[in-house]
Amino acid sequence: MPLNIRTYHDLTEPDRSGLAGQIGAQRRRVAERLATVARVGAVMSGKGGVGKSFVTAHLARALARAGRAVGVLDADLNGPTAPQLLRLPVAGCTSHDGAIEPAVSPEGVRCFSMALLLEDGRPLAFRGPEAESFVWRGTLEAAALREFLADVAWGRLDLLLVDLPPGMQRFAELAELLPEPPPVIAVTIPTQQSEDAVRRALHAARDRGAPCLGVIENMAGGPFAGDAADALAGEFGIPVLARVPFHPTDDVWDALVPKVESSL
Amino acid sequence: MKFLCVECDRQMAFEERQLPGDGTLAAAFRCPQCGRVVALLTNPMETQLVASLGVKIGGATLPPQPLEMVRGMVTTGREDVFADDAKGEGGTGKGPHPIWSLAAEERLARVPGFVRGMVKRIYADYAKDRGIAEITPTVMDTARNELGLEGM
Repeated sequence: MPLNIRTYHDLTEPDRSGLAGQIGAQRRRVAERLATVARVGAVMSGKGGVGKSFVTAHLARALARAGRAVGVLDADLNGPTAPQLLRLPVAGCTSHDGAIEPAVSPEGVRCFSMALLLEDGRPLAFRGPEAESFVWRGTLEAAALREFLADVAWGRLDLLLVDLPPGMQRFAELAELLPEPPPVIAVTIPTQQSEDAVRRALHAARDRGAPCLGVIENMAGGPFAGDAADALAGEFGIPVLARVPFHPTDDVWDALVPKVESSL
Repeated sequence: MKFLCVECDRQMAFEERQLPGDGTLAAAFRCPQCGRVVALLTNPMETQLVASLGVKIGGATLPPQPLEMVRGMVTTGREDVFADDAKGEGGTGKGPHPIWSLAAEERLARVPGFVRGMVKRIYADYAKDRGIAEITPTVMDTARNELGLEGM
């Protein structure tokens, strides 16, 4: 005779652990922190080495030059480069009113990155059992992203750019943490291989309900053959926001600002 | 995660949490009807998985600390990055500032600098809120269990 056991959802008595409530509180903390941020935008590719961080940093600097309040959240936890690209001063972190102050670039871009926290040259490593670390490492990285959103004093921003690492996992985590999936800017280089990877990423973003603002072709006019940006733009019905040459001047980035702003 | 006393058909209530310090966790649950107690024992990987969600079995007992999970779990952080935080001596809790026994200070000194300031403030707040005048290793052990401060 099987035991008559009620299901999880049948049990409705008060639960002191309240794990679901704790998760809900985390989400509210993110929403409250970002209440002063007008827009969040994700810069993604799906392909490594195409210059997402380079594009993010220069776009942020151009936005700041145009008088916008802009932030960069470096979501590439294992290969963070935003502080260098934004020329952030090396300094300790200070907290105020329960939040960590972001670093600020000479142009006024507010930024937070794992690179600000890690010892020089050391990888991101977590305390915990090494065996089966694949089970919990991804969850820890998602929690780090959550804390970067919720615990950094971003203040009033016109735009918070999130620089995503290659692949789509971090985008899925970001979309889960925000009240709604963020609009994405895709970065590609001209090659067919990059086009294939970015196509997958754009489909993944669209499947999550994220608006795709456009595609930026980086390293254009150089040794890489192909028409990835045009092909992706045509396929997804999105504009080519910029073709960035190998050695772009500020003009290239400044011209990108109104295009990004009008697409948001 | 919930526990059901099948015999009484009652949801069991969280009773107590213990962190022996070896990465494992014990959480006891009691049936409100018959009083039977069962213990949930997690291995280090399971403990880590729960911790990585930023939740605590038995409920959160502390207000959220900024970058709490990152500071508590990252082992390759710069020692001096939160140096200013370490200057926050007595915490923000109510009551007079507690003093630290020599043994407690020695134990605190073994906590990585990356997280030391936050840990110090948590223990100081714990002591102030309970009117504890001196923080000793015993107080730290009790606080660690009560607050669920695995690895701190």
